[in-house]
Amino acid sequence: MRHVISALVQNTPGVLAHVAGMFSARGFNIDSLVVGRTDDPRFSRMTIVAIGDDRTIEQVRKQLDKLVTVVRVRDFQDTEYVERDLMMLRVAATPEKRAEIIELVGLFRGRVIDVAKQSLTIELSGTEHKLEALIDLLRPYGIRELARTGVIAMQRGRQSDGRTEDDEQ
Amino acid sequence: MSNESSKSGKSYVGLTGAQMFNEMLVEEGVEVLFGVPGGVLLPIFDALHKSTVPFILTRHEQGAIHMADGLARSTGKVGCCLATSGPGATNLITGLANAYMDSVPLVAITGQVRSTLIGNDAFQEVDTTGITRPVTKHAVLVKKAEDIGRCMSEAFHIARTGRPGPVVVDIAVDATTAKLTEEPSLEHDLPGYRLKTTVHMRQIKMAVDAINEAQRPVLYVGGGVIISGATEALRALAHKARIPVTTTLMSMGTFDESDPLALQMLGMHGSASANYAVQDCDLLIAVGARFDDRVTGKVDTFAHKAKIVHIDIDATSISKNVRADIPVVGDAKDILEKMLPLIESKDRSQWLAQIAQWKAKYPFRYVPNAKVKPQAVIEAIGKLTNHDAIIATGVGQHQMWTAQFYGWRRPRQFISSGGLGTMGFGVPAAIGAQFGNPGKLVIDVDGDGSFSMTMVEIMTAVRYNQPVKIVVLDNNYLGMVRQWQELFYGKRYSGVHHPCPDLAGIARAMGATGLRVSEPSDVEDSIRTMINTEGPVVLVADVEPEENVFPMVAAGKSLHEMDMGRLA
Ligand SMILES: Cc1ncc(C[n+]2csc(CCOP(=O)(O)OP(=O)(O)O)c2C)c(N)n1
Ligand SMILES: [Mg+2]
Repeated sequence: MRHVISALVQNTPGVLAHVAGMFSARGFNIDSLVVGRTDDPRFSRMTIVAIGDDRTIEQVRKQLDKLVTVVRVRDFQDTEYVERDLMMLRVAATPEKRAEIIELVGLFRGRVIDVAKQSLTIELSGTEHKLEALIDLLRPYGIRELARTGVIAMQRGRQSDGRTEDDEQ
Repeated sequence: MSNESSKSGKSYVGLTGAQMFNEMLVEEGVEVLFGVPGGVLLPIFDALHKSTVPFILTRHEQGAIHMADGLARSTGKVGCCLATSGPGATNLITGLANAYMDSVPLVAITGQVRSTLIGNDAFQEVDTTGITRPVTKHAVLVKKAEDIGRCMSEAFHIARTGRPGPVVVDIAVDATTAKLTEEPSLEHDLPGYRLKTTVHMRQIKMAVDAINEAQRPVLYVGGGVIISGATEALRALAHKARIPVTTTLMSMGTFDESDPLALQMLGMHGSASANYAVQDCDLLIAVGARFDDRVTGKVDTFAHKAKIVHIDIDATSISKNVRADIPVVGDAKDILEKMLPLIESKDRSQWLAQIAQWKAKYPFRYVPNAKVKPQAVIEAIGKLTNHDAIIATGVGQHQMWTAQFYGWRRPRQFISSGGLGTMGFGVPAAIGAQFGNPGKLVIDVDGDGSFSMTMVEIMTAVRYNQPVKIVVLDNNYLGMVRQWQELFYGKRYSGVHHPCPDLAGIARAMGATGLRVSEPSDVEDSIRTMINTEGPVVLVADVEPEENVFPMVAAGKSLHEMDMGRLA
């Protein structure tokens, strides 16, 4: 089972090593781990996508919470939340294929951020699922380079009407 | 955020970082500091020169940290040690891991190279916080004088609260030479360190209901009971509800073994009565214990007829190895005291009759012969010390026999490496316990292999007049490994023969009294002589070399599938 877990951590040296070390020492599998600043300079946010059965994930959550430098841990499982992954992708694109690719990217609400003679660089954000769908479609053209940030997530606001881009796909 | 340490209202302006370090030792009530100096510690040692905190120079940093550990285990106070950068710090690793596995409160201070050199492979530089993080509760690097006070105060706070553990404070040398120009803040900055203060009454009620309904309950208690000071609450609860109690290696003595409800130790070398009771019980109440594999045997069949209540302060311990039906997270003493008035008095005579029958049928036993039996030595020590001494051990057969045969009466009496199983722990741990308990009788029951690893610290005991007594059960083997080779590898002894020179003579050369006993009939007298001789004494007992520890639950077997060995 895939869980998205968010941890607010103290912005001190070694925190990333501590968290990553704990995961490897305890044999937990992680798909992605993203660290970024928050609005408060004292804290960073880590978003971790972990795979495991309920018992393993429960251990992951508790072990994270136990680290002195981890302030708060939340598992988004069973909550209403939105998640986003950001991707940059350079795909081979001869002038003849360019329009075709741009159209595909447009359908995904992606953006072309760089155009070269033989390639296009595309930016797309969305769920992992959505990103993978575009990757699959572009693969036949020849993917030259691909970079993804990994997932970040947030609980939905309470007054939210519940509609987001996800639903449109 | 707590701010325990600035209550004195003192001014620290004008002190160097090293002097501030010393102030913090005083403020935290450190009674002795164990360690070895080195280049980056020179400023600190200069501050210690005038300190009221005595510094104990050990022969090895491992000795220093195990001494701090022995002091902490035997007193409940935070142990403290000091080591230089590089090899000094790496020599602490075993001691840190040892304390971490057994939840022992320690603060280990290490020197670090100048902050501007960090990362440059400077002389005696290692990434101490990086290396120690996986084996400590917390590890911090301090690069500025003004952070020394706060970081030290936080370290002691973290070490002693919640589930205790070792904390490393790695201090760059330039932080110790710099002067404090402003009043340093000692206020803790630990937003991620929250202590659990409230317990769910709902969980307590569920646990109580389960206990009141149980026909065949067993209390399985671990080191957490000692740490939280729950010994009396445990006794009251066990007696009111008439529940038999089995203890782990970490909690020997927290339930008086002369009590009819005592099942003694459980697990791989536990008593048959404890193991049968656990396998037959309908409710297992685990308190401050963590279902270690040496306790559970084959985990799928552990307490397989029972519902499991698990009381522990560390939420990660719950359902980690064995799923708890009723988890109760919090302090053991607090929880047991809240449960007590809700527990119904029961007689449970049928269950207790069964327990009594097992106890009568399967006491810990051995077969005497013409040689000195190691178990007999331990029984004699128990008898001649009135079961009241502080006993440390190494790791191996002698450790298991000590747990089985001494006859434990009170908590903090048994000082032994449980989780890590660290050979060499005994000698320094006993010395540390002696420092923490002046005037009390402290005995290290050691194996020849374990003793050899750290016996050099006898010199420390001699120098600082610590009258520890050390009994070496000398079987000329790494006995525990030999036992496994005998039982599971067709007696193909490989790398376990351990011929010893005259260990009593070595002890004498180090300034201790050295004694030797080789005849069963002399055992009691030699122990009496040892106890009555002033100063450190090493008594070497030439014991039956191929004696085995029984009962034994082989790896992968269930607790009820014990091998009773030649005792059956
Ligand atoms: C530092 C360390 N190295 C190796 C081991 C593995 N080991 C466990 S028990 C044991 C033998 C201990 O021999 P001794 O101290 O003589 O005790 P005995 O079993 O003979 O009573 C060994 C080598 C260990 N526990 N610790
Ligand atoms: Mg031996």
